[in-house]
Amino acid sequence: MSGKAGNRVNPRAVLRRWYGEGPLHLLLLAATFALAGWAGVRLLAGDTFAVAVWFIGSALLHDLVLLPLYASADLVVRRSLGPRSGLVNHIRVPAFLSGLLLLMWFPLITRHAVRYEPYSGLSPDVFLGNWLLITAVLCAGSALVLVVRTVRSRRGEGRGVQPTAVRGDRPRR
Amino acid sequence: MGDKRLDRAISFPFRRPGWSAGRGPAFLERLPSSPGFWRSPVRGVRFTAVLGLVLLAGLTLLFVTGLLSYAAYNPDLAPVNDKTPGKGLLGFYLFAWPTGPHWLYRLTQGLHVTVGIALVPVLLAKLWSVIPKLFTLPPARSVGHALERVSLLLLVGGALFEFITGLLNIQLEYVFPGSFYPLHFYGAWVFFAAFLAHTGLKLPRAVRVLRGGRLEGSAPGEADELASPAPAVPTVSRRGALAMVGGGSLLLLITSAGRSFDGPLRQMALLTPHGAAEPGSGPNGFQINKTAAAVGVTAADTGKGWRLTVGGPAGEIRLSREQLLAMDQYSAALPIACVEGWATSDQWWRGVRLSDLAALAGYRDRPPAVLVESVQRRGAFREVALRDNQVRDPRSLLALQVNGEELSLDHGFPARIIVPAAPGVLNTKWVSRLTFGAL
Repeated sequence: MSGKAGNRVNPRAVLRRWYGEGPLHLLLLAATFALAGWAGVRLLAGDTFAVAVWFIGSALLHDLVLLPLYASADLVVRRSLGPRSGLVNHIRVPAFLSGLLLLMWFPLITRHAVRYEPYSGLSPDVFLGNWLLITAVLCAGSALVLVVRTVRSRRGEGRGVQPTAVRGDRPRR
Repeated sequence: MGDKRLDRAISFPFRRPGWSAGRGPAFLERLPSSPGFWRSPVRGVRFTAVLGLVLLAGLTLLFVTGLLSYAAYNPDLAPVNDKTPGKGLLGFYLFAWPTGPHWLYRLTQGLHVTVGIALVPVLLAKLWSVIPKLFTLPPARSVGHALERVSLLLLVGGALFEFITGLLNIQLEYVFPGSFYPLHFYGAWVFFAAFLAHTGLKLPRAVRVLRGGRLEGSAPGEADELASPAPAVPTVSRRGALAMVGGGSLLLLITSAGRSFDGPLRQMALLTPHGAAEPGSGPNGFQINKTAAAVGVTAADTGKGWRLTVGGPAGEIRLSREQLLAMDQYSAALPIACVEGWATSDQWWRGVRLSDLAALAGYRDRPPAVLVESVQRRGAFREVALRDNQVRDPRSLLALQVNGEELSLDHGFPARIIVPAAPGVLNTKWVSRLTFGAL
């Protein structure tokens, strides 16, 4: 640290050489593992194996199953519509929203949550219908937007105006 | 973070020349470990930074309201209130939960669950935006990088674990391995530990790239390891993708926020537990946490033979419902607010003040805490303790009537507790015994 830095061992350089990051990085991660360890021991105190499976498994299930699944579905839709289609978002958006609702509420929608009715005195039968209704409204809304855009773009083309409907969707290169 | 510096400064022992990104054998180009595998033009540090900042605010709110919910149970008051007795230092912040404003828990827990629901698409989008990093080779550039990746497993696993246990719990789908309370509480702290480090390491860059300019594209010279080196033809802009995520949050908000209110707003909550419908009509038609049948309470437990036992220094007094009705009756307009995030609007309760019952038990002024027991046979909160400030509040009642009528069996007939700002499960139904000063 002094004027003769060349001859002395610089602790920061040593840390970088062997740790690969700066001292703040090391401190932050040390604090993280200390706190996570303290809480983690208690988290795992019950059914250790099952809790660990749920904790790590949820990350793996998301990264290696859910994400590839919806990314592939998106790819299939894009490929089947062809490269120059402006349709893709009219399918993607309602499918995403409807799928999101199903992902979050499937225990109620599929009536798998058997405690719901006896505990709350409420029927879970409404949720499947409501989900289908919301899905139908989303699809109808998407179709309506498509119709409006198509009509507008045709009118625009008739007047020699650039079509607004597909401006954002049309491939740029 | 610091990748360029690292490349310049050190040649770490783990590093192998053949592993440098994108320059392996041809078949490697087709694997997720190659940056060219990821084609979406939406990915990029700016897109991730926007989602990251939303999560920073949102998850901080969830963590704080979660801690408040734990405090609202008064876990340090009595073992019956504490489902995580091994918490130790993690209970450092606990305080006596106040009784005002009377909608306090309805607000904090409504925010906790409703904002949590609305953040799901943001979390999924954030994870999508950084997925190429999961597969980068080499798996670790340095010891520090390896440790950071382990902390990311705690971050991602912790976030998903918390959201999944929370979403399953509010649907009463108890398939997780153990009691919800310790899993969600300790899981939150593991997550939060990793969240702190991640925020400390990434926030400066997130702020920097967002100050740097527009959302679309990337500035020349700016390192963007998340942007695809070979982007596909765009089908949606980054702004459009964010709008789609925000649309998901908005849809979830519309279909869930109404469950914190009675009336038309609840009917809008089409896809959430305790949304869409009321269990009945009339004065007792509001939401029920657990029905009498679900916890094994029968008409025989609550019929003519029912007596309330009040214990204290004055000895034990047994009171029939008629005797309770002959005492001074008071009213309070208070909601039921559940840990599951739903709530009712204010109901008009009428009954005997807890402080009057404490006086019967021998505490004429400054009554102490009370242990409340129910006739119910099942359920984690058959017994709960209420703190002295809760007993002393003039709105804290042993309610006998609601909205001008007798309590229904599902709402706690013959008598139930109602305390302002307390979590629903502390408002014990079918009360059989009150023991003052016994904790």
